[in-house]
Amino acid sequence: MKRTALYDEHVKLRARLIPFGGFDMPVQYVSILKEHEAVRHSAGLFDLSHMGQFILEGDAVPEWANRLTVNAVPTMKPWQARYNIFTNEHGGAHDDVIFYRLPDRWLLVVNAGNADKMWQLLNASAGSSGVKLTSLHGRNALIAIQGPRSASMLKPHADVDVNALKYYFCTEGNVYGKKAVIARTGYTGEDGFELFVDGADAPEIWTKLLADNAAAGLVPAGLGARDALRLEAGMPLYGHELTEEITPLQAGLNWVVKMDKPDFVGKAALEAQQRADDYPRIVGIVMDGRAPVREGYHVFLGEKRVGEIRSGSIGPSVGNKSIGTALVEKEAATPGTDVVVHIRGTAYGAKVVELPFYKRSYKIGAA
Amino acid sequence: MAQPEGLLYSKEHEWVKIDGDRATVGITDYAQDSLGDIVYVELPKVGAQVAQFGPVGVVESVKAVSDLFTPVGGEVLEVNTGLENDPALVNREPFEGGWLFKLKLPGDSQSAGLLSASDYESFVKES
Repeated sequence: MKRTALYDEHVKLRARLIPFGGFDMPVQYVSILKEHEAVRHSAGLFDLSHMGQFILEGDAVPEWANRLTVNAVPTMKPWQARYNIFTNEHGGAHDDVIFYRLPDRWLLVVNAGNADKMWQLLNASAGSSGVKLTSLHGRNALIAIQGPRSASMLKPHADVDVNALKYYFCTEGNVYGKKAVIARTGYTGEDGFELFVDGADAPEIWTKLLADNAAAGLVPAGLGARDALRLEAGMPLYGHELTEEITPLQAGLNWVVKMDKPDFVGKAALEAQQRADDYPRIVGIVMDGRAPVREGYHVFLGEKRVGEIRSGSIGPSVGNKSIGTALVEKEAATPGTDVVVHIRGTAYGAKVVELPFYKRSYKIGAA
Repeated sequence: MAQPEGLLYSKEHEWVKIDGDRATVGITDYAQDSLGDIVYVELPKVGAQVAQFGPVGVVESVKAVSDLFTPVGGEVLEVNTGLENDPALVNREPFEGGWLFKLKLPGDSQSAGLLSASDYESFVKES
């Protein structure tokens, strides 16, 4: 199992480590629920160094990437970040990613579990396009500070005004004197920043951020909290709401799919799927009772099995309700539909709801 | 991690307090700590007959479902209904307010195969 640059810090903090995406990663430090609460009300610090970081260079990048993905790449401005999805010929998702456009290069962040697959796919496609690819996977670190207090916590230690950074934009600067790409992006539903730094600089930034902001409530937060946070915020997790089989349209990510783009991989399949509009789709599920739902549980409409749970968690920010996502037939996908989830052989009532479960009550980077 | 004296322990990390023909069952501090934040507990039905070391329910943390076994067999007299709205009580007070269910025991002793506090302590240290 590989280790991130922050592995020793996790051990010192007595984190519980699990294998994830090829790395030993902290699933929790003290308590998933306490870490979740810190991110919603103060801030949490995440090690996301397991995620794949690739550098793309060359004038051909925007058009090349535009053909491989569903969202628009050439319209991105310098310093802009954009969520995107690489698709296969059937419209299914190879991976969901974020492109960061820097003045002289692009940073592409892919899921840890897909990093090898994506690296091969990108190299196979780059061919003679003139696109130069460099993998920083496992070398560079990624530290995320997420939560309503993250800007005020980061600001005193950065030499750029992070308050002025707009949501889904990035900049280059120094944090504690260490070079960083600072992006106002995240995966928690809160304000927050992601710091792309050299692995050698990561431990110092990590420990200083924690020490300087402990009094304001910053805590290290693990993948357990991150999963509950992203689920409440209605964000897909690759392998659950998006897969090689589940398309962006099925995942409800229609806003990401730019059908007016020139041809891209999977476009014809997605157009056909959109026209037919009869596909199973991802919905939110709220259970009537407290029993948690887990991936694979069957979902019924009356007596008919209409789908299965893809993610589940307790939702601390939605009244501790048992929430989840399910991939269900269209007939069961209308918000308000009463469905039944089978848990260990017993039928439990649930309702189909619109995503997200949770919306933050403030604006990000409105300044 | 101290194990309260006077209780018997199973290798599945449950404790039982036996008082005459009555028994109270819960999970140990080690178990709750290993599971993490407990968000749901499914307990046997009152009146059910349960067999020693048999599965009787589940304890669910945020990330995982774990089977619950009973360290002794008998008839379920009572379950801790307070856990329905506050399952985290098992985390906070595993040996007290976070008890799971009470049983009426048949006559025969069931202590063979159960551990004393010090034996359980050793067992936990080895695992």
